[in-house]
Amino acid sequence: MSEAPLLQVHDLHVTFAGRQGLGAGLLGRRAADARAVDGVDLAVGEREVVALAGESGCGKTTLARTIMGLERPRSGRILFDGQPIGRDGLRAYRRKVQMVFQDPAGALNPRQTIYESVAEGLRVHGLHEGEERRVAEALASAGLRPPERFFLLYPHELSGGQRQRVVIAGALVLEPRMIVADEPVSMLDASVRGEILSLLLRLRDEFGLALLIVTHDLGLAWTVADRVAVMYLGKIVEVGPTEEVLTRPRHPYTRALLDVVPESGGDLTGRKVLAGEPPDPTNIPPGCRFHPRCPEVASGRAAALGQEERCRGEVPALREIVPGHFAACHLA
Amino acid sequence: MTLLSVRDLEVEYATQGGPVPAVRGVDLDVEAGETMGLAGESGCGKSTIAHAILRLLPEGTRVSGEVLLEGEDVLTMSFGRLRAVRWGRAAIVFQGAMHSLNPVQRVGEQIAEAVRIHDAKVTDAEAGRRAGDLVERVGLPAGRARDYPHELSGGQRQRIMIAMALACGPRLLIADEPTTALDVMVQAQVLTLLKSLQDELKLGLLFITHDLSVLRELCDRLAVMYAGRVVEVGPAASVFREPAHPYTRALAGAFPSIGDPDDRRSPGGLGGDPPDPQRVPAGCSFHPRCPARFEPCDRVDPSLYPVEDGRRAACLLHEPSLAK
Repeated sequence: MSEAPLLQVHDLHVTFAGRQGLGAGLLGRRAADARAVDGVDLAVGEREVVALAGESGCGKTTLARTIMGLERPRSGRILFDGQPIGRDGLRAYRRKVQMVFQDPAGALNPRQTIYESVAEGLRVHGLHEGEERRVAEALASAGLRPPERFFLLYPHELSGGQRQRVVIAGALVLEPRMIVADEPVSMLDASVRGEILSLLLRLRDEFGLALLIVTHDLGLAWTVADRVAVMYLGKIVEVGPTEEVLTRPRHPYTRALLDVVPESGGDLTGRKVLAGEPPDPTNIPPGCRFHPRCPEVASGRAAALGQEERCRGEVPALREIVPGHFAACHLA
Repeated sequence: MTLLSVRDLEVEYATQGGPVPAVRGVDLDVEAGETMGLAGESGCGKSTIAHAILRLLPEGTRVSGEVLLEGEDVLTMSFGRLRAVRWGRAAIVFQGAMHSLNPVQRVGEQIAEAVRIHDAKVTDAEAGRRAGDLVERVGLPAGRARDYPHELSGGQRQRIMIAMALACGPRLLIADEPTTALDVMVQAQVLTLLKSLQDELKLGLLFITHDLSVLRELCDRLAVMYAGRVVEVGPAASVFREPAHPYTRALAGAFPSIGDPDDRRSPGGLGGDPPDPQRVPAGCSFHPRCPARFEPCDRVDPSLYPVEDGRRAACLLHEPSLAK
């Protein structure tokens, strides 16, 4: 990439204050803060599709929300088009970056017609000129044709896939340069998912949109993404071109995630499934944060390579393994 | 004898907007020790079948056909007999473990309660001991029996639900989207557990899910449903390798193979949406969305025609007199 990326995130930290019970509060005790995003660097280029993958609780949704300006970072910088976001208020920024949420039923007001729902963004931004034309174009671009047929319908009259198209139309109507989509198809039926993913890819091709897609589904990342970033416990542990990361993973956590993707002819009992639960962001292990669950540490391979002490005590940096492919593992 | 044999099952819900046919004539068999997968999208009737097998549908629902559990028809048995059959012969694990457990009772006591209901002679101490054994059997430390549901994670709660389902030694376990709300890694843990319990206890397992990729490796046989009917049934491996019904093909295409260049940047899928159960299209119910439809599809309603490898598919492409 010759020019600077459209979106740049530098050393971003987002913490949530620990919950405090009344008794503990009176005694001056406080629960530890949750470090939901714990030092993340990420870039999304013009016309680029980046998938942000990881288990629930890894911080991927918090990162997306912070990029949208919905959460305030504790430290770090977010640059859009080279400018820090929020400097002149978030309004101008939010015209350029739009978010699509997981649940299309929850994202639409059930008492508003489709026209009103899509036009709302224009009104918020004071764009009154050519409202009807813009709404019709957005609906058509989202694959709802002819758009006029949908103007006066209510969300309950549409199918799940159509509702998600309306949500996408609501984002498109402001002619953004980037869309952040949080699990855009996880609530949809399997046969409808493909159509919505095709739509997102077409928006990139037709309008040059950049896409940041938050997902737990590596199969989805394989289908649509140019690059994949894998997050674990608040940090990106591996990032690179999709073909590289998903077919030649360098981080044991990425390998573990790939191992539990059901595959044809795969043997359920033969695969390695990480034991235990996703860990706790209020209590991040020292050293490599993955080491307590890491199969390389458990199997003794890390020790055999003389790295186990570093795994337990030294935070691994995100290193470039092959051009463009980074992993944060002492063994990579 | 076949463990579970469903014959010509029809279910119609009574709603304010009139009757809604949810299951429109389904045959299904599960042998002892076999895992049968039942796949389909929301609204296709797969969960309704699970509920119909144990007569858990709301009152006023019209159910016809036969549900033979070891030869005995569940739909016509007395309520007293039905109580013995639920849990004792067939048990069910639902999707949302949080909502199925009593939040103010220790999970061990809830399992013990299930043990006691079916064995009135058992002492409290014995029921408690069996509950502890069951908790260990599903891969949790026995001490977890003293926890309340909120002290457990989603995966642990789902394990407790499985322990409870096993409390009375059923021969058939029905799992209705048991891993859908769980994270990928925890989902894999629960699937591995179900598979090993099934092997060990020689359970018949009816596994219901919308996620075809899960069934691919879990099941011996597989039935795919669309709009209240089974549209394809057969050995799981061959259904995946070579789907005979265009709907199965589309559904399988929605789950890409990582590493397969053909699946890059070309999301598989179908146009349109599953039909409204009150307005199922005439002819083949799938024809408006079908990429392979031809002349008779909008008027001839296909039945299940035999395909190779012991498979059957409800598609006119396989109708002997029409097939090219």
